Order: sequence, then structure tokens, then C-alpha cells
Amino acid sequence: MAEPSETPAPAPAQLRHVEEVMGTVFSFDVRGGEPTAMRAALDEAVAGLHRVNEVFSTYRDDSQISRLARGELTIEECDPEVAQILQLCSEAERLSDGWFSATFQGTFDPTGIVKGWATERAALHLVAAGATGVNVNGGGDVQLCGVPGPQRPWRVGVSDPLRPGALAAVVSAAGTAQLAVATSGTAERGTHIVDPRTGKSAITDLVAVTVVAPKLTWADAWATAAFAMGARDGLSWLESLPDTEALLITAGDEVRCTGGLADRLG
Amino acid sequence: MHALKKNRPLRRIVLTSAATVSGVVLVLSLKPHTAPALASPAPSPSTGAVALPAPSGSASSGPATGTRTATGDAAQTRYGPVQVRVTVKDGRLTDVTAVTYPQSSPRDQRINGYAIPRLGSEALSAQGANIDAVSGATYTSEGYRQSLQSALDSLGR
Repeated sequence: MAEPSETPAPAPAQLRHVEEVMGTVFSFDVRGGEPTAMRAALDEAVAGLHRVNEVFSTYRDDSQISRLARGELTIEECDPEVAQILQLCSEAERLSDGWFSATFQGTFDPTGIVKGWATERAALHLVAAGATGVNVNGGGDVQLCGVPGPQRPWRVGVSDPLRPGALAAVVSAAGTAQLAVATSGTAERGTHIVDPRTGKSAITDLVAVTVVAPKLTWADAWATAAFAMGARDGLSWLESLPDTEALLITAGDEVRCTGGLADRLG
Repeated sequence: MHALKKNRPLRRIVLTSAATVSGVVLVLSLKPHTAPALASPAPSPSTGAVALPAPSGSASSGPATGTRTATGDAAQTRYGPVQVRVTVKDGRLTDVTAVTYPQSSPRDQRINGYAIPRLGSEALSAQGANIDAVSGATYTSEGYRQSLQSALDSLGR
């Protein structure tokens, strides 16, 4: 799977991989590091995603999260990641004033935070193993670390939900050691975002929210929460969050963004 | 290569839009450290959409041929009703148009943040835009196969 980059400058080694897991597709683009160590770290990162899926899948009756919900396991009997996710969920609920919720149809469902967290963790694992540039895309939510090569930042296109195949903007990670880009919307999977107050599909004047922040765990959770809030409340809430920028596409086909997003466009 | 290369050109383009777009220029209140005026891009008649609610009968099964349209039920938002019309051609969704959507009051526009122009179509192919990844509404496996991201991955860039 390793492919040497073809740029003439002394470019770092490149490792690419695509994996179907958690009901979606993850793609890895890893630059630099010692090739054997990178290969091993990539295998570990992929195995980690499958493990997360086993532990946290609400679709599997035998997952720890399902057994926890039925009272067959205590949190202490689960993998330590379960307690960590519980903590992150309650933090997300608190910081979003309840708009992010890990309760769905009366049971604990941490799905809204697990994927972003797992994607971020996979990227950081590769950095820890020596990669100088990491780009992990977990089903359209992207964690970037480092740079892809000399004098070039990672660049992420934000797909335009109203024009299939087109981009609404391009976000650059220039000047950051770590940047995440997460999008929530109705475009592809329909109305899968639930209003925690009603338990029904969120009725919103937005078609997509893209959040740009250092960590994908939060970028993903905030995109979901802001989508349910709607354009006005979502935008002003996102504007209030530190180190967080956002781009919102409204039902009226307008693109709106936080004040600092322009500095991240490239 | 495209319109949003750097911060300053972005602002210049936004201001140019403000100067040239007649009719629907919306002057927004701004933070002191930003450009003095921003404009909402002129809505083009064929665009504008929302994906709520899923129109009934939109599921295309079998080798559907021809062009069909369906208008969804109006969904109530706190800003007013939203209603969309979808066009399906040969089983593929080709257009989503908002036939009804909230017309923001001037007060709403002031707090709706910063409008930016969409990228021009010349910048929109994955190959042309020199991008490494695509962020979009969560990809299902099937959606991924149809997406720009899979094009990027297959290119091995």
C-alpha cells in the first residue's frame, strides 16, 4: 500500500489506506516516519477502529455499550474507553446546553461522539509513532496533524450539500499542528440528527454545518449540536466557542460563517 | 487557482460582490476587526435547497427512467416553513430546490454571521482544487463510493 510521493522535493514517504468500519469508510493518508513502524502503527490504528466498533456499536446486542444499557455490565467491567466516552458525552451535553445529547429513545447512545473521537485517536496514534503528516477521514469528518510535505499544508474541501460533487469551500490547516474539519447535515443520510428536546428529527433551517477546530472529538459534536440549534442560535453559539470556526449552509442556500473562518480558508 | 486562496483576496472578492450584486445586497453588522461590508451572494433561480423533510415517494426503486419531481411537505422551522422540491432523473437525484424557505428579516440577517461567496465551479473538481480530503455530511459506504473523497483516494494523492 505504501506509495512513494512523486514530487521532486525531498518528500516524506506516503502510506495510504481505506477501511470500511463503523458503517462508513475511513481513509488514511500518512506521511513521514520510518516505513516499517508506520505500517505497524497504521495496522494498530485500523484495529483500534474495529475494536471501538465492537465495544460501542448500538446495533450489536453483544457490544459492551448494549450490555451496559441492559444492566448486564457495570462501567467498571467495560473497557476503560467506555468511561472515557461517558465523560466526554456529559461534557458535550454541558457545553452545548443539552443540544448535544447521548440519550436517544431513552437509552444511552454515545454514537454522536464515538466516531469523531475514534478518528482523532487513530490520527494521534500515527503521530505518536513518528508520522510527520496525518490525514484521517472518518466518513467525511477529518482529523489532520502536521503537514503532508515541505511547504504545503493539508487542505480539505467542504462538500456542498446542495450541489453534489461540488465544494462550498476549502479549509487549509496552514499554521496549525492539528486541525479537524467535521460536517453535520441532512445531505446524505437524511434526517439522522435528532432534536434532544423532542426526540424527533431536528427541524432546522440548515442543510449543513461544518466546524473547524483542533480536535475532531469536539468539532464533530459541535457540528451536530449546532445543526440542531439552527442557523441563528447555532452560529452565535459556535462564535462563542474558543478555537472554533464554522461554516453553515442555510435552507435559503446561503453560506454563513464565523468571524475567524476566513483565516482558515485556503 | 480559485476564489478563496487567501484571506485578503477573499475580502476583495466579497467587496466586489457587494459593489456589483444589485438587489439583494445585505449589509451585515460586523465585528470591528473585519472587513467593512459583506454581501450575500445573489441567489440564482435554479439553486436554493433544503433537505428537510424527506419528500414522500422520493425513494427510487428499480431502473427508473425519465425525469420525475416531487415536492415535500412543508416543515415548520422557527423562521417559517421550509419546503423542497426534488428532481430525479434516471433514478439519480439531480436537483433539490427550496420552493419555500424563510425570508430572513433584517434583524435575522444582522445576526446570521458572515456571508461568503461559494467557490466558483472551476475550482470544484477534486483534481483541480488540490485538496487532500473532503468533509461532507457523513458518508455511508455507498455515498462514499459516489463521493469526491473516493475519487481522491483512488487517485492516491
